[in-house]
Order: sequence, then structure tokens, then C-alpha cells
Amino acid sequence: MKSFMIIGQFVPGNSMVHRLDPRSKLMVIFTFVIIVFFANNSVSYGWLTLFALILILLTKLHIGYILKGITPVWFLIIFTFILHLIITKEGPVLIDIGGFAIHKGGVLQGLTISWRFFLLVLVTSLLTLTTSPMEITDAIEELLAPFKKIKVPVHELALMMSISLRFIPTLLDETEKISKAQASRGVDLRTGSIKDRVYAIVPLLVPLFISAFKRAEDLAMAMEARGYRGSEGRTKLRQLQFKKLDYMAMIIYLLIILIFFSLR
Amino acid sequence: MMPAIEFRDVYFRYNEDAPWVLKKFNLKIKANETVAIIGHNGSGKSTIAKLANGLLVPQAGEILINDRKLTTSNVWEIRQKIGMVFQNPENQFVGTTVKDDVAFGLENRGVSRKEMIERIHTSLTEVGMEDYQNHEPHNLSGGQKQRVAIASVMATYPGILLLDEATSMLDPRGRKEILSTINDLKEELEITMVMITHDLHEITLADRVIVMNEGQIYIDTTVDQLFNDHQGLQSIGLSLPLTVELAIELEQYDYQFATYPLDNEEFLEALWTSNLKK
Repeated sequence: MKSFMIIGQFVPGNSMVHRLDPRSKLMVIFTFVIIVFFANNSVSYGWLTLFALILILLTKLHIGYILKGITPVWFLIIFTFILHLIITKEGPVLIDIGGFAIHKGGVLQGLTISWRFFLLVLVTSLLTLTTSPMEITDAIEELLAPFKKIKVPVHELALMMSISLRFIPTLLDETEKISKAQASRGVDLRTGSIKDRVYAIVPLLVPLFISAFKRAEDLAMAMEARGYRGSEGRTKLRQLQFKKLDYMAMIIYLLIILIFFSLR
Repeated sequence: MMPAIEFRDVYFRYNEDAPWVLKKFNLKIKANETVAIIGHNGSGKSTIAKLANGLLVPQAGEILINDRKLTTSNVWEIRQKIGMVFQNPENQFVGTTVKDDVAFGLENRGVSRKEMIERIHTSLTEVGMEDYQNHEPHNLSGGQKQRVAIASVMATYPGILLLDEATSMLDPRGRKEILSTINDLKEELEITMVMITHDLHEITLADRVIVMNEGQIYIDTTVDQLFNDHQGLQSIGLSLPLTVELAIELEQYDYQFATYPLDNEEFLEALWTSNLKK
């Protein structure tokens, strides 16, 4: 349970998508998110859906697992559909229930928007499913590197991300310990009204924060003792390298985009 | 030979209305010496370590590392020569994996990637953690984390190693692991080692023992001679190892001990030599 939470949804594997450089994956996802909004007919939607399906096949992940991963978003997708169904008043009326008319335009609009949303979530979830959080951090640091020129603290942000990732399991352990300690002192976290339970979190959070600050202080001292003084003159053990696979993937992706725009 | 660490009339307190933690404190530690500093809580022993690598700055007095005075301008340079292992294994693990954590200190020093990989391998082998390179910290025991911390420090070739109660948060097994690691390092490498501890069992590895009390050196002696003044040690709040206590009791029954035994084996040996003499 714990190790599942740390790595989020990441499923280790050795598929083609897993082996891609995280930077390539980030760039593909980022552009895909924008491109989805350019789809304007069923053919272009179909083309993007096909692309997403092929991606899923390439990850070698179980489709059920992927769909389960986006469960929290289902509600939003359905909500969007219903909203468009009710609001859009275009085209012939399909059904009329006591003044509430559902138009054909509404159905179409609802379908396309929620489908667009679905594609978006599906493809972005593939990124987190096939890339470890650490790889994503590295990729972000590399891709944002040009912004160092305008004084964006890219290295510091990446370090903050990696330290947060490293301390998630530690703090989870701590939370468990504190909640047990408080339960033994009679704090009831499991029963009572919602208001009671929210109040019961306070004696859990206060010690957690105190200990987190203590840890931060210790860590800062340890880092300083080990010679950390910012990004200047620092070398890196983790290095990302574009491989043949990445170049091929990029070329194919570009072709897919070109075909997509010709289909519009 | 020049001393590796030297304190000259050092005064230190954490804030102005607090009592002095160190008061006119003088200490010389020779190069390649293994020194244990012991004392009860608040005796100033941990402060010594933090002063030595510039994490704290004394109010008065001088600190010299390898005969160079520690100042705010050369603190980073000097810190490269002093590695420090802290008490809490969890709070000094910076990397997301063992490999990354050892790399952290090397990255800070701008070591090339190729050399980094080599050094990570050697220093992890030294502490017996080479098979754990890609492990994440939450999958390691306290003792293993502490061994990684030692490897991280050793990878930077420090020359001086400060262990600030490095075993105090470990279980007996983890403590044993660390002590044998320290012993191996001592035998294989030329390194000055300062072990700060409140556990009298740990001092057996040291060539020299310094007992701290109220910001001053109370006793400065060798391990063998330490327990000669056992009443003094107990009076400043240190507890004696069981074998020493037993030996002291036995003295009432005409047993004689040249030096007080520190573990069971030594005790056994002392017992039969004492019996022979009778």
C-alpha cells in the first residue's frame, strides 16, 4: 500500500514507451494537450483516438488498469457531457421533458467535449504510468534549463521536487505513528460526525508539522555539511540521453501531427 | 606532526542569555588518531563536532583544521576535508536512491560523472552496501542508512571523519554493523576519526578517550585507563559497562584487574589471569 502511494501510479516495465527518454515523453504529452483542442471533426478525433490507442498498446499495460487510474476524472467527464447537453440549444429538438428540451447540437457538443477531455486525461495518465516521478523531475529540470537565463531557479525547484518525493514515505510513516499515539491518548479519528473528524485531525497535524520542520532543519545541516551550496559548479550523476528510439518516435509523432492537420 | 583538529580557548553558547556550552575549551587531535568523545547530554560534545566543520561559529577562540584557521571565507574549502555523519539516519539521506545519496556530496564538489560512478562503487563496497545501489531509503534499515551515510562521506575522501552519535538511534544489530564498518575503515584507511557518543560500549574502537563535563575536558586518557576513575565517571552521570561494574564488585573479593575489561572475552581473560596469580 505504502510503496504504491509513493510512486503514484507508476508501473515499472520495459516497453518501448517506458524506454523513451522522459523529455521526449513530456514534449509529446505537452504538445498533444494543445493539439487536442484543434480537432474539429469526427475524422480528426478518430485519428487522435487511434494514436492514443496505439500508445496504450505500446505501453503493454492492462487497459483496465489505465481506466481505473483515471476513475476520479470520470465524474468530471460525465458532468461536462450533461452540462453541454442541457445548455447547448442548437439543432432540432430530440426529447422534450416538461420544458427541458434536449437538442441534437447539445448531444454532439457534449460528446465531442467530453471525448476531448477523456483523450487528454488518458494520454497524460500514460506519462505518469510509464515514467517514474524522479525521471519526470529530471526531465523538467533539463527542459526548463533555458529559463535559468531569466533567473528561474530551475535547479532549486527540481531539488525541492526530488526531496519531497524522497520524504513522502517518511512522513507517511510518521503520520501513522502519530495517529496511533494520539489514538492511544483517546483521540477518535474514525467515528463521529464529519465536523468531529475534521477537528480530530488537528492533534495529528500539529506534531506532524513540528517534526517535519525539525527534519528540514536536520536535512539542511546535513546538506551543508556535505558541501551543498546551490547549483553553481555542480555536476550531475543522473544524465538523460536521447537515443535512436527517441529520434524515431519524434519523427513518427511529427508525421502524425501533420496528418492530423491535413484531416481537419 | 601537525594536529588534524585543534581548538584554542574556544567559547561557545547558543544564545546570549544561555550558559556557556564550551568554556575556554582546548583540544588537539592528531592526524590519523581515533578519538572518542563521551559525556552526558548537554556536556558540549555534539557542539564540538558542529564547530569543527563550521556549522556553528564560536563566540571566541580559534579552531584550526590541518593547521589552518577556520574562518567564514575558507569554511567551504575546509568542509571538504571533514566528513560528518549525523545522529538521525533518516534526516541526512538526501537522494531518492542509495546511489543518488552517495552522489550528492560528489555532485556538490563538481566531480566528473565518470569518476563519480567509480567512487560510488568503491565507497559502497567499503561499507558493504554495493548490492543496494538502486534501493530507496524507505526500504533500508537504520543501520543500512547509516552505512550509506558513511559511504557518502567517504566517497569525498575527507581525511577527517566526525561521527556525531551516529549509532544512538539504531537497534543493537544496526549498531554492531556500524561499529564493524568503522573498525574496517580505521584499519584500511589513513583517517582521523572523532566519534561522539554517550555510550561507553562504543569507545573500544578509539585510541584515545575524552570525557566531557560542563564544557570542559574532564578526563583525557586511553581506553584501558578510562575506568580507573570509575567513581568520577559515575559522578558526572555516565553509566559503566556491565563487565566493568562486575569487575569492580569482584575486586572486593581479592580479584585483581590490570585494566577493566570492556567485553565478555576480555572479562573472561582477566578472570583466569587473576585466578592464576592467586
